[in-house]
Amino acid sequence: MTASSAGARIGVVTFPGSLDDGDARRAVRLAGAEPVTLWHGDADLAGVDAVVLPGGFSYGDYLRCGAIARFAPVMTEVVRAAREGLPVLGICNGFQVLCEAHLLPGALIRNERQRFVCRDQRLRVENATTAWTRDLTAGATVTIPLKNGEGGYVADAATLDALEAEGRVVFRYLGADPNGSARGIAGITNERGNVVGLMPHPEHAVEAGFGPDGPRGPRTGTDGLALFTSVLGALVAA
Amino acid sequence: MGRIVVEVMPKPEILDPQGKAVAGALPRLGFATFTGVRQGKRFELEVDGAVTAEHLDAAREAARTLLSNPVIEDVVRVATIEEVDA
Repeated sequence: MTASSAGARIGVVTFPGSLDDGDARRAVRLAGAEPVTLWHGDADLAGVDAVVLPGGFSYGDYLRCGAIARFAPVMTEVVRAAREGLPVLGICNGFQVLCEAHLLPGALIRNERQRFVCRDQRLRVENATTAWTRDLTAGATVTIPLKNGEGGYVADAATLDALEAEGRVVFRYLGADPNGSARGIAGITNERGNVVGLMPHPEHAVEAGFGPDGPRGPRTGTDGLALFTSVLGALVAA
Repeated sequence: MGRIVVEVMPKPEILDPQGKAVAGALPRLGFATFTGVRQGKRFELEVDGAVTAEHLDAAREAARTLLSNPVIEDVVRVATIEEVDA
């Protein structure tokens, strides 16, 4: 099946405690696709062309961030479809869920300085070939909001070396590392490039008037929209 | 009713901000002899009747798959809790 960008349907999963599912659906709509609401208890993905796991505090972040959400009924299908190539984007809590689900390596731990960090964050785009970054340019700087308490990316040295060698670091923090993440890693992808997880929130930088400050003035930043338009191009190319 | 304890600790090489914060507070309260603190988690699993070997195997599997994340944590103990006379 080939999806055209006009008819693309992108599912956004709501877990108990998800916060940014509404913003993610809005970002999907602004990118030109149809957002589809998926529920954590759903047993299927309603035939969507891609899935977004949004930010928030799934299941209250009890046990560990994302650990309980990983076992939600909908995740069985997300994991199966992701392994077959379905584009999946995990933002913040969604990134934590992807790590707990073993779709991405490593884990996210409490910020090094014990503080919840909320700010506009500059990132360097390291990989512009994934399903979610093909409308960006490698080496470019983007600014999107960051807000998390447990955003420190960790993995063993061999995993970090492999991520670097295979070009699977997708975004890196510019300036001071806000979370104490290993090697300044803000986002990574799987080997196939269809699954991307990142801590900052592209869905909060998709519409002038509501995003970070940009070169055209206060709250004009819309760098996050490129992730959502990227996947439409990836679907057409698929 | 039997009870099984599962204890999970952050791996030694993983930064433990909670333990570090506690370590920083201890000297302020006069506890100057402790040179480090690591904070982990303790789970207590309950079963009907006495704890069997099968229960312990299931607890180990639960510890491995859900209660810990092997990327950042070690399961340091899975054991039957012996009831102690008060």
